[in-house]
Amino acid sequence: MALLTAVAHAPGSDVGLYRTVRLIRRFEERAVELVRSGDIVGGIHPYTGQEAIAAGVCAALRVDDVITSTHRGHGHVLAKGADPGRTLAELAGRATGLNRGRGGSMHAADFALGILGANAIVGANGAIAAGAAWAARQEGGDRVAVSFFGDGAVNQGVLLEALNLAALWRLPVLFVCENNGYATTLTVSDAVAGTITGRGAAFGIPSATVDGMDPRAVLDAAREAVDRARAGGGPSLVECLTYRFDAHHTWEHKARVRYRADDEVRSGRERDPVTIQGDRLSDEDRERVDAEVEYTVDAAVAFALGSPHPDPVGALDHLYATGMRARPGGGG
Amino acid sequence: MPWLSYQKALNRALGDELARDPAVFVLGEDVRVAVSNVTAGLFKRFGPDRVLDTPLSEQAFTSFATGAALSGRRPVIEFQIPALLYLAFEQIVNQAHKFSLMTGGQARVPVTYLVPGSGSKTGWAGQHSDHPYALFAHAGVKTAVPATPEDAYGLLTSAIRDDDPVVVFAPAAALGKRVDVDHEGLGPVPLGVGRVHREGQDVTVVAIGHLVHDALAVAEELADEVSVEVFDPRTVYPFDWDGLAASVARTGRLVVVDDSNRMCGLAAEVVATAAERFDLVSPPVRVTRPDGAVVPFALALDHAVQPDRAQLAAAITKVLKQ
Ligand SMILES: Cc1ncc(C[n+]2csc(CCOP(=O)(O)OP(=O)(O)O)c2C)c(N)n1
Ligand SMILES: [Mg+2]
Repeated sequence: MALLTAVAHAPGSDVGLYRTVRLIRRFEERAVELVRSGDIVGGIHPYTGQEAIAAGVCAALRVDDVITSTHRGHGHVLAKGADPGRTLAELAGRATGLNRGRGGSMHAADFALGILGANAIVGANGAIAAGAAWAARQEGGDRVAVSFFGDGAVNQGVLLEALNLAALWRLPVLFVCENNGYATTLTVSDAVAGTITGRGAAFGIPSATVDGMDPRAVLDAAREAVDRARAGGGPSLVECLTYRFDAHHTWEHKARVRYRADDEVRSGRERDPVTIQGDRLSDEDRERVDAEVEYTVDAAVAFALGSPHPDPVGALDHLYATGMRARPGGGG
Repeated sequence: MPWLSYQKALNRALGDELARDPAVFVLGEDVRVAVSNVTAGLFKRFGPDRVLDTPLSEQAFTSFATGAALSGRRPVIEFQIPALLYLAFEQIVNQAHKFSLMTGGQARVPVTYLVPGSGSKTGWAGQHSDHPYALFAHAGVKTAVPATPEDAYGLLTSAIRDDDPVVVFAPAAALGKRVDVDHEGLGPVPLGVGRVHREGQDVTVVAIGHLVHDALAVAEELADEVSVEVFDPRTVYPFDWDGLAASVARTGRLVVVDDSNRMCGLAAEVVATAAERFDLVSPPVRVTRPDGAVVPFALALDHAVQPDRAQLAAAITKVLKQ
């Protein structure tokens, strides 16, 4: 492993961006296999197709910046630097997972890396990011917070309330909307009156739409927004146009729900962030990164599946930060 | 006879009520495509004015239903996950529930809030696995937790026809249950009337929702040693206290198995009322989730915070010994 990862690249370089999108893609593909084999219980919301957004945004961040993520969060977590093995171990509910097996796919968090957690409630994380941004500013320094959310979240009251607070108090926060055209089965045109950037603009927040399939385009937009936030210029909103390549959730692989025409899925998958970014590399670089990613993901799977399951005796460990113990249920 | 699943029973109740009463309509997320299966076929049959796909705006669409109800409609809202009830708690408890009294009886709010897949879905972790029916009982909102397909049909039907707001929890662990019943065998089940699933002499086990099936299994397992009566309140509010009193008068002993958190959970209310009203020969025992349970993701941990059969069997043994 040490041998292959020895060549480091800045995350915002072409090679660095490619490495991130490729890593997320292969991680998700392997995770889907582990759902099929039963090693990951409860299924996942695959991030496949949307990799450029996590890669581009996180490449604009420092390790001390913070992010809040969503139900479709593996990409964000990996792009912010989480260890793939421990992330996968979390998905598989192992004691070595990022959250010690307590959170699973929808709650992966690594506070040491500023990953304040994925969140299973749509729209819930924007206000959390706003609070984190405020606290960062109070501390002095120029740290920023990012809230990732889907097009489904833009109709949640709490997110709109968060936009208002962020604008009102000029908070160093970046709202990143991943518009993949659907909230589960509902299209954006059936759900969103007005526009997504219009919601930001209504609060006086600089808001732009970018090609969410191109890691470079996302990185450029994110850099501009992050620079503004660091300089005290307040929040920004970036809408990234993208397409979800796989199911809303892996239960769809078995269910008969149909809401996207085959043609649409086929053409939606034509612009692939992995290809777009990969084409910017020399064949040699690309092959080297692919091999390295393959090695990393193989090692992550081996680590996850080789890790112990948590002991049920500790099912309520960490319920309270103070260590207070809850009264058990049972018949006690 | 045809086998009817719990899920299909909910679907059939919705279809029958939509057909029977033009004021009934269904709204919620992904109900057109019927992601939860509960609304399968309804969009095709009743069209876009009776089956409405909503944006992810739970607070707005919950009070939207209140407004429609105040104007003569009978909305049924499907919530994809139980935690969405927290989001809409103000709209249900502080708005819909309070209109009748606050308007001096002018208003009625016949909204049904349906949660197909409540409680742990095994592997959906902390924010998708709660079972907050006791919260609504506490607030005084009518609340049903059907255990069987025929009760799911009957209680959902009654909920829709009721002139007050009613929450219907369909436990994830019960959705797959099937019963051998034909359509004619189905009908409304009144809110507030419990059901004795199994008669017995030694101990009454109050079981709620999916736990009714666990209680029946434990009663069967222990049949050689103890005669267990299984009482299913079916609605947790209003609660069938008279039905329970009659059962306990026969058995003299009480165990409650309840998927609520222990503190202020439904079992706490049953045990408290028993202490006030019933002559028990031994102290009652409750089997619940822990205080303040947050369901951890890993499967063994998820199971560890839910009431299980071994705990129930131990509780039965305990009340018999005393
Ligand atoms: C407040 C809330 N409502 C509903 C759900 C159920 N749900 C989970 S993901 C999802 C769709 C989210 O769509 P979007 O925000 O566009 O994200 P995407 O899944 O497309 O990444 C829904 C309805 C939820 N988790 N939270
Ligand atoms: Mg979406």
